[in-house]
Amino acid sequence: MSTISERFFLLQSHLEKNCKSKISKITGYVSFTMRKFLFSVLSIGPIPAHVAFIMDGNRRFAKRHTLLQDSIDPASGHRLGFRSLISTIQYCYEMGMKCVTVYAFSIDNFKRSPQEVQLLMDLMREKIEEMSAEDGVLKSLDVKINFWGNLELLTEPTRLSAKRAMDTTMHNKGPVLSVCVAYTSTDEITHAIEASVRDLKGKDQVEVSDLERNLYSASYAEPDIIIRTSGETRLSNFLLWQSDFTHLQNPKQLWPEFSLRHLVLAVLDYQLVYAYLKKRKEEIEKNK
Amino acid sequence: MDGNGRWAKQRDLPRTAGHTEGESSLFDVVEGAIEIGVKAVSAYAFSTENWSRSPAEVKFLMGFNRDVIRRRRDEMHELGVRVRWAGRRPRLWGSVVKELQVAEELTRDNDVLTLTMCVNYGGRAELADAADRMVADARAGRLKRVDERTFAKYLYVPELPDADMVWRTSGEQRLSNYMLWQAAYSEMVFTDVLWPDVDRRDLWRAITTYAERDRRYGSA
Repeated sequence: MSTISERFFLLQSHLEKNCKSKISKITGYVSFTMRKFLFSVLSIGPIPAHVAFIMDGNRRFAKRHTLLQDSIDPASGHRLGFRSLISTIQYCYEMGMKCVTVYAFSIDNFKRSPQEVQLLMDLMREKIEEMSAEDGVLKSLDVKINFWGNLELLTEPTRLSAKRAMDTTMHNKGPVLSVCVAYTSTDEITHAIEASVRDLKGKDQVEVSDLERNLYSASYAEPDIIIRTSGETRLSNFLLWQSDFTHLQNPKQLWPEFSLRHLVLAVLDYQLVYAYLKKRKEEIEKNK
Repeated sequence: MDGNGRWAKQRDLPRTAGHTEGESSLFDVVEGAIEIGVKAVSAYAFSTENWSRSPAEVKFLMGFNRDVIRRRRDEMHELGVRVRWAGRRPRLWGSVVKELQVAEELTRDNDVLTLTMCVNYGGRAELADAADRMVADARAGRLKRVDERTFAKYLYVPELPDADMVWRTSGEQRLSNYMLWQAAYSEMVFTDVLWPDVDRRDLWRAITTYAERDRRYGSA
């Protein structure tokens, strides 16, 4: 059923792009209704409040589909990855999730060739602008966007786009999208330590709670699930501190292939372990 | 080393029976690691979160850790294993700390494999403790700047390299903030076997899985 719904969704986007608005509205409505039914069935079990994604596999996808040949658009894999991102967050929010966090660009990725890094910086800026536009997803879903990371490392235009997007959506009341760029967990923790040490003043000791307060994610709940696509089983320096009780999943699909049915399976997987995780969490909280 | 409780429950035994059975699993795995050429093994023996278990179980685990270290100390020394303790002092029974310190002293010069016993360990606690030690050094003028590399020197066992592989048994797919700093780029291998049923072959299977993976560290 989800495949049919997805096809309607893709058809709708395609038709919208080609200005066949009446038909696209109908297909959009059909697809939306089918999803609504699917999600209401899913909601019989617990729906995670916060899901994080490591969007791995864009370049491999492009290679596999020989889109990188002739270097027409070396960022093609990432562009497809971006489309996957937009539809995934839409499904997440429709399902009732409050937060989605994504690993968009690691500090380690600066080690790639200067051309690829510049390409990715430009692509990020382009996509931030696209999301922030009048008809973009941030406005239509009332999303509050955060950019977590050492933003000073970004190129100036990209950093400014990010800052603008954060300022414009600061008061949005809808779901939250946290994009990790120029981010590593160890960098985040080091900054938190620096800040905690600076704020020590009279106190003698740095406590776990001090560090927690100074993380980028301070006012948000920890992720319930971290999904890394393309079958890789590493966190690669993503949310190490926050992933204490997080259920780690590694579907073998590459990020551009990650679609509604994979998301539904991920949630079902989570629902199976939910009762056990909840029990363990309560035990520990009780004795803190 | 997850699954002791479940193993015991499956056999209608008390949880402590699972822990007792788990001792031989650990030391078989250590020998298996030596055989295959692994240089460092860290075992999560008692977490800062485990204080939330029943007082009876906690009492058992403290005594058990103390006895196991005392019992296995000479054997480890003979194998050339260097024993290290990673964890924090507060709340930990004095007798356990004493056994750990004796073991560390005895095996100090060994170099076949480093076995780090994580007793009263928590990933977040380790980072907070490291931050404290850094503050002390900074105040004494011994520390100029804080960056990731400097910070790593303040961990419980600073000479330990980052973990290549984190192996969790009993099918749980979580990190439970075990060595969260050192596991930043680790391959995570999840095995369904419960810890008391584990032996060196399970370790070798896990390593085979690890060897098949392609580690890129963020670059091409």
